[in-house]
Amino acid sequence: MSGPRVELLYWEGCPSHPRALADLREALASLGRADVAVSLQRIDDENQARAAGFVGSPTIRIDGADPFPPDAGEPAALACRIYELADGRASPTPDPGALRERLERMLAERG
Amino acid sequence: MTLSPADPVEDFTLPDTDGNPVRLAAADADATVVAFTCNHCPYALAWHDRLNDVAREYAPRGVRLLFVNANDATRYPRDSAEAMKARVDRGQFAAPYLHDESQAVARAWGARTTPDIFVVDRDGVLAYRGAPDADHGDPALRAQWLRSALEAVLAGRPVAQPETEPVGCSIKWRA
Repeated sequence: MSGPRVELLYWEGCPSHPRALADLREALASLGRADVAVSLQRIDDENQARAAGFVGSPTIRIDGADPFPPDAGEPAALACRIYELADGRASPTPDPGALRERLERMLAERG
Repeated sequence: MTLSPADPVEDFTLPDTDGNPVRLAAADADATVVAFTCNHCPYALAWHDRLNDVAREYAPRGVRLLFVNANDATRYPRDSAEAMKARVDRGQFAAPYLHDESQAVARAWGARTTPDIFVVDRDGVLAYRGAPDADHGDPALRAQWLRSALEAVLAGRPVAQPETEPVGCSIKWRA
């Protein structure tokens, strides 16, 4: 049985993806899943963004599902994505605690 | 073109969210902060309260702050004039929020990101350009690079660190 497919979709025009990648790997390690490889997918233009349903950089997907699902109808965009920290502040990357919790749940659901 | 510290800046007049023209007029203030920002960028939003605090705290000392949004609203509708006005109407700005729809000011000043901060002295000379502080994620930094630049300008001293790397979302230029 293959492991979960963890992807980080990013756009070079936004400087947040190195931090998001580090947080993602740290979250996986804290869950005892450092063995899970993170696949990087670079989005370069609006056509690719539309095809991938990419609403902003960075976007994380676990077997195709976004741990932070965007609002329905959120348009594809070459832009930095807005996340919300636990204290309500805007952030270019997901709240590390929320990321860990959602990863844990999604990985558990996938066995 | 990109402005560098000690360069003279070009004056400009841009409309605020009620359509009223607002002129830079550097000679009318002891220092002027021009903050390129926008509605849709998490970096701009993360630093926004710190910039508002600077606007409020330094206004009594003769400092004027102007927020400028130059993003292409055609491709990024969250940066439309209507969305700008909605934020102003919700009380989210402690200083005028100006619309650089043609992007002429952003191009002339060499703005690169949101936010991108420029401090201009009374003589219309650029004294500081860059980020508000070292970390968008740490409100305790209180826009210290910007504050240090303002303190120097107000005291008539050279700015110790006149240029830092602006960090944020790229300005969304028209195609």
